[in-house]
Amino acid sequence: MSWKIWSLKKSPWVFHVNTGACNNCDIEIVNLLTPKFDVERFGIKLVGSPRHADALLVTGVVTRQAAPRLQEVYRQTPKPCVVFCMGACACNTGIFKGAYHVVGPVDKIIKEIDPNAIIAYVPGCPPKPEAMISGVVKALSAL
Amino acid sequence: MTETSQSLFQLLFWIFIFPGFLFSAGLGLIVSWIVRKVSALVQWRVGPPFLQPFYDVIKLTGKETLIPQEAQRTVFTTAPLVGLAGVLLLAIILWRITIDQTAFIGDIIVAIYLMTLPSLALIFGSSASASPHASVGTGREMKLIMSYELPLVLAFIVVIIKTGGQLSLVAIAQQVPVFSISGMLAFLVALLCVQAKLGFVPFDIAEAETELGSGVLMEYSGVLLAVWKIVQAMMLVVLPLFLVMVFLGGISADFLSGLATPIDNLPVVGTLPVGVIVLIAFVITGLLARFSKYIDILFLLSLIAACILAGLGKYVLVVVLIILIKNTNPRVRIDQAMKFFWVYCGIALAAAVILALIGNAYGISWL
Repeated sequence: MSWKIWSLKKSPWVFHVNTGACNNCDIEIVNLLTPKFDVERFGIKLVGSPRHADALLVTGVVTRQAAPRLQEVYRQTPKPCVVFCMGACACNTGIFKGAYHVVGPVDKIIKEIDPNAIIAYVPGCPPKPEAMISGVVKALSAL
Repeated sequence: MTETSQSLFQLLFWIFIFPGFLFSAGLGLIVSWIVRKVSALVQWRVGPPFLQPFYDVIKLTGKETLIPQEAQRTVFTTAPLVGLAGVLLLAIILWRITIDQTAFIGDIIVAIYLMTLPSLALIFGSSASASPHASVGTGREMKLIMSYELPLVLAFIVVIIKTGGQLSLVAIAQQVPVFSISGMLAFLVALLCVQAKLGFVPFDIAEAETELGSGVLMEYSGVLLAVWKIVQAMMLVVLPLFLVMVFLGGISADFLSGLATPIDNLPVVGTLPVGVIVLIAFVITGLLARFSKYIDILFLLSLIAACILAGLGKYVLVVVLIILIKNTNPRVRIDQAMKFFWVYCGIALAAAVILALIGNAYGISWL
């Protein structure tokens, strides 16, 4: 394993992208920073700019308005980076499947510009914070 | 080369290893861990592991470095290095004076100049990044510098008056101006100015994670961001150290030999040097820290105890004050910060200067 990946696992800084979520997953993500879960134990830090990020936490279905913006945010993120689909909507458009404003799940949109993107899925509506931590840990250990 | 017959190797050693880059950056990263850990404990969290700042910097060096299309490339890429050069020079000067009092016949003015260099570099770098968020951050950073620079210089003027017009840092570090009314006022204001210079809450206006998304550093990534992180870590060493030298009588010259002195007649350990005992405590607590939150806190405490035993007690005191201010205050708006520094701190320091002058004229040392 290269030192780049090793250190990336040791300090994954995450940037939170909402592409049309109902805010439940977002609440659970912010919940990760509270004293009960405290992801800073693993070096995970929420950053304010995609340029500082190693992981994009994407919540919600990708709407037609959000798709080019999500692609732009992914382009602006320095590689190597991981994309986490948080919640049922991001994984597979969830209950919004087939709706008029939905262009697809997150992985489809990301793969349009980068077929080799590293994408991890945490299903649930919303996923529990424990599930999110477990998903992030499993995805990082698979790198 | 100077006539003090220093070899080139020795100079390089000072610049890159001790007390220069390696030592100051390493110490700074450790202190930044202490800041994060203590903040976590204040908020009833566990906080990051000991090596976290090191992991962060290593990771950032391994990342891709993106430069925005519209950015002024040269300024954007050299600004972090300029900031690093400034803070490195200041670190070397301060530590060299601490270790060897004849090392540098510099004065307080040079240090004040060098202290503004990282902030100026930050302004140049973020203005070159062609980002609207960063430009808002830049404007705030400029206003912040304008607001705290005046009280800071006034605070140093108080010290200069108290020490009878001394400008040399070595001479100032011989005295303890803080044990007087004017010196105390000046110290408190200077502490708040250092808080603003470090970009900590309540004066993290330029970074403003919440609404500006890291503001001035928004467009930096990869190696360049790593350099900025190291600059910020070194500021965390240099600025409190400077306060200690100016207001609290400096750090004793034998601050490292304190670790080498053996403690006599201790049970079990006998006459081991302090440093070895602390090192053993470190390793044990560091290994056990994986299993219990409380051992982790013990590790933090033993680290702070090691600093105090090494003669860095005053420095630790200033850092702890800064951390406590950081964790007990909300962020202020930029106009509130300017009003605070100019009106309140300005008036307080004008009074302190007058008190110091009176004290000097009539020989009253406690004024």
